[in-house]
Amino acid sequence: MAERNHGLDLLIILFITLLSALFLAPVFIILMNSFKGRFFISEEPFRLPTAETFAGLENYLTGVGKTGFFSAFGYSLFITTGSVAAIVLFTSMTAWYIIRVKGRFTAFLYYCFVFSMIVPFQMVMFTMSKLANVLRLDNAVGILVIYLGFGAGLSVFMFSGFVRAIPLEIEEAATIDGCGPVQIFFGVVLPILRPTAITVAILNAMWVWNDYLLPLLVIGSKYRTIPVAVQYLVGGYGSKDMGAMMAMLVLSIIPIVIFYLFCQKYIIRGVISGAVKG
Amino acid sequence: MQKTLKKYFAFFALPAVAAFCISFVIPFVFGVGLSFAEFTTVSNARYVGLQNYVKAFGESAEFIRALWFTVRFTVVSVVTVNAAAFFLALLLTRGVAGTNLFRTVFFMPNLIGGIVLGYIWQLIINGVLYPKGVTLLADARYGFWGMVALMNWQMVGYMMIIYIAGLQNIPGELIEAAAIDGSSPFQTLLRVTFPLVMPSVTICTFLTLTNSFKMFDQNLALTGGAPSEQTTMLALNIYKTFYGRTGYEGVGQAKAVVFFLLVAAIALTQLWLTRSREVEG
Repeated sequence: MAERNHGLDLLIILFITLLSALFLAPVFIILMNSFKGRFFISEEPFRLPTAETFAGLENYLTGVGKTGFFSAFGYSLFITTGSVAAIVLFTSMTAWYIIRVKGRFTAFLYYCFVFSMIVPFQMVMFTMSKLANVLRLDNAVGILVIYLGFGAGLSVFMFSGFVRAIPLEIEEAATIDGCGPVQIFFGVVLPILRPTAITVAILNAMWVWNDYLLPLLVIGSKYRTIPVAVQYLVGGYGSKDMGAMMAMLVLSIIPIVIFYLFCQKYIIRGVISGAVKG
Repeated sequence: MQKTLKKYFAFFALPAVAAFCISFVIPFVFGVGLSFAEFTTVSNARYVGLQNYVKAFGESAEFIRALWFTVRFTVVSVVTVNAAAFFLALLLTRGVAGTNLFRTVFFMPNLIGGIVLGYIWQLIINGVLYPKGVTLLADARYGFWGMVALMNWQMVGYMMIIYIAGLQNIPGELIEAAAIDGSSPFQTLLRVTFPLVMPSVTICTFLTLTNSFKMFDQNLALTGGAPSEQTTMLALNIYKTFYGRTGYEGVGQAKAVVFFLLVAAIALTQLWLTRSREVEG
């Protein structure tokens, strides 16, 4: 190996450090402004709060009151965990069935799932929300069915790829030992699929948690999730409460940052394998 | 085993297949059908032939303008995001200290949802423009470059991670061999590294392309289309046609079909490109 150029290394570290600071700046600016009085924010967003502009937790209190943030957080958490659990369980089962039962029907199903991945949401949003309404799926539990259906395309596709890689002999051995399909799936196949299941769970969790238009159209203002609550607070006409808005932005970022710090390894791995597969 | 398993359709496949029919298959079929109809609710639809498509393109220049804005935005974002991400990936694969920490920082914005991202950048851009006495909504150019900045902040870290994975797959001996043969670092980058990360380039180009083309939340939150719909992208224009004017649901659905065909064309091109590369390799 050529000798390391330490001067160059130092220059690179300096450059990347500066860039990282720049990358974190937007989040820091929001945090800083969330502690300022609402009328001082637009005029000097890049200045630290002073004794005159400091507002303490006032913005947080008004913001939480106006948006019902804690109930929005509850709905977001329930819908995300519920959808992700349903997607991981049911699509892995479907993928196994589709791959192991060979035939025209299962091949057709597979292509339907793959096809759905390239269809943009706008194509089905109107008819889907009407159908959800007719079928009484327009509540916090019913929307899980909708998310299962929308998440199915990518998830069945990803699981199928990995099911194909499982040697049939393992499942045949279990059959000889007297296991039925249900036992084989939960006892043998699902444990092997664990890494894929984590990837699928992460990708879907990131999508459902941040999703705005689907919950807006299906459950609307009755059960506001966090993105819907944020848009409700600041998207209306008339004078905006900039203080409450900053506080809400900070509150919606906090859960994401905590989740990221704990699951970073899985998230980054999931993003890589998701991208390569998709 | 296949025979026994076949009887278990209701247990293994039915839940996901039924949900898939409710949220995708039925709405898709009805969506295509309704694009040829006039309706306000699904039950009062009346067949009108191609009238919706004619209206979508003909009645006002808004749809074409949104398409043009979307295309310009997509081209600029794809180029800037990928150039920045590849450059960062090169810097972060040199084995300098703190690489993992930097990676964590650059990826973080990708986890923040589009609505929140839009409002974060609204504050920042308005803050920058404040001394000039204008706001983000004063000129379509501010909205355009604001969205490019936002998109870069959101996507660079993501693409960088994929490029890093690609770069780390290149065997070190190849780079050393090139150096021994007298290749300069720049030549090595151009002739050895770059061709070997082409699969990552295809993936990243496709991901940024579809993400930019389909962008909705960020557009809605940052400018909402202001001033006077000049910064409205395709997805937002379709949304506004559906829910902004009664009697235009059919036109919205026709626009959505056109949008779908455009996205499908991009996806199929990508598939074709990937396939032809795989044959070469």
